[in-house]
Amino acid sequence: MQKTKFVKPEGLKNTRHNYCPGCGHGIVHRIIAEIVDELNIREKTIGVAPVGCAVFAYDYWNFDVTEAPHGRPPAIATGIKRALPENIVFTYQGDGDLAAIGMAEIVHAANRSENISVIFVNNTVYGMTSGQMAPTTLVGQKTLTTPYGRELNREGYPIKMCELLSVLDGTKYVARGTVISPKNVLLTKSYIKKSFLNQINNKGFSIVEILSMCPTGLEMGSVETLSWIEKDLIKQFPLGVIKDV
Amino acid sequence: MKKLIQGNIALCEGTIDGGLDAYYAYPITPQNEISAYFAKVLPKKNKVFLQAESEIAAINMVFGTALTGKRAMTTSSSPGISLMQETISYLCACELPCVIVNVMRGGPGLGNISGSQQDYFQSTRGGGHGDYYHIVLAPYNVKEIYEFAKESFLLAEKYRNPVMIIFDGYLGQTMEVMDTNSSQGKLNVKIGKDIDKSWILDGSKNRPPRKIRSLLMDEGELEQHNWKLKKKYDEIKRSEVRSEFYDIEGAEVCIVAFGMSARVGLDAMYKLRKEGIKVALFRPITLFPFPYKQISEVSKNIKKFLVVEMNLGQMVEDVKLSVLEDGEVYFYGRPGGGLVTSLEIIENIKKILNQ
Repeated sequence: MQKTKFVKPEGLKNTRHNYCPGCGHGIVHRIIAEIVDELNIREKTIGVAPVGCAVFAYDYWNFDVTEAPHGRPPAIATGIKRALPENIVFTYQGDGDLAAIGMAEIVHAANRSENISVIFVNNTVYGMTSGQMAPTTLVGQKTLTTPYGRELNREGYPIKMCELLSVLDGTKYVARGTVISPKNVLLTKSYIKKSFLNQINNKGFSIVEILSMCPTGLEMGSVETLSWIEKDLIKQFPLGVIKDV
Repeated sequence: MKKLIQGNIALCEGTIDGGLDAYYAYPITPQNEISAYFAKVLPKKNKVFLQAESEIAAINMVFGTALTGKRAMTTSSSPGISLMQETISYLCACELPCVIVNVMRGGPGLGNISGSQQDYFQSTRGGGHGDYYHIVLAPYNVKEIYEFAKESFLLAEKYRNPVMIIFDGYLGQTMEVMDTNSSQGKLNVKIGKDIDKSWILDGSKNRPPRKIRSLLMDEGELEQHNWKLKKKYDEIKRSEVRSEFYDIEGAEVCIVAFGMSARVGLDAMYKLRKEGIKVALFRPITLFPFPYKQISEVSKNIKKFLVVEMNLGQMVEDVKLSVLEDGEVYFYGRPGGGLVTSLEIIENIKKILNQ
């Protein structure tokens, strides 16, 4: 007897991704699609895609998705959720989108405890525009715009968004995972699932940060990227559930 | 029913009667009565009221509600509208109907909080990036504010395009008697067929998933989208021009003005007529689409035009594009919150006629 071991979740369209080899977006997209299947919410989910590499997410997920101007997904998600409170609304944002240009929108959506889920993909670099410094770039890390490494006295510190948001009374669930290993993928999936369940249970604002891989933007090999995240990035951005109330 | 009502509040009542579902805005003078009113009234009607953290957030919340097919609106004043321009470009590109109101104040910069008409270019030229237009309605009294507000969503949905209502801070603050019963719906928006809602995002139940986007990267795709939008703008230009002409037989000169300037212009016109000077007045009601043809038609008989604006001369450029070659176009304006007076207009008319 043949047995199917691996199928595409219904939450994903049967199409090719444009993502580079070694990129983490495909994994995070799939995790979300699996959760959407498991919670049986595909027909009422509305995603908000960012500006950045994941701008094409509407071509990959098999549910309603809108684009958003750079940094504004939390405001757009607010407009959707307030109009359709019964639907499941999430934003998918990168480090530039969420922690640089969109800082005001994310802080205020969190502070209002908008009943949405935020999926925050942190790969410490602007991937789509070819590898500039992000707000989360590590001190000393070389990028296109920090060719000699990020300097404290010039660019300041990498922003810890989860820690920053967790002090707001409006945030109900804050967790940070990574997708560098199967074990971590499963753990991250449990965090994201919790953020969706919180929304279903009307608990308020949830955010899951995911330390992810951008070998192209980081100018590293795929394997090297994984070990860099494990050795260096996690030190700056510790993994785990930061807040759950 | 007759009632004494402020321009800003008439706007609120008009949009509520027009089916407003959600209102998002950030405080700015001279239009704060609007959010104060909605904050009281909308929650009681089970409608959405939310004070946003910025004008940028407000217009993006409008984007979010508009894409669900519900009727969303924001209001602001000049600097706030400048902040919204990026997303207004997105709204036009994504073809999302909504209503944006600019209660114009004096500029540039922080300017002042009195009224102006300095955002004519910004409103009528697509104030953000890319080729796009939105319908611009310019009421000149409180009753029109109510009527245009009431019909604005219908107009927006008819074309899947934002509609902007602009008036100056003076008109927003003006209190007038308004008779809501006699309101005929001056715009008289005609909907040929049922409004298409087959594009909204509300969850992909019993249908394939949908996407809202303006990023069109395939070869030729964006150009094609721009041509499609142009076709729509052309249709708007053909079908939605509104204007009013206060003609008089043997008119020697025609005042052209919109909004508050038209109101002052009418006062000047009637005073001049009493003196035996034959003056007409043309009032564009839609600033986009602009009544080029209508003004051109007027210029067959009247050769002198005085454009009056509360700015340094913006609409005057469109009037110059409208009048026939032998027409003479003059301008009188006061920028930065200065209100033109009928005496100033009368003086200018006399000067023109003596030339």
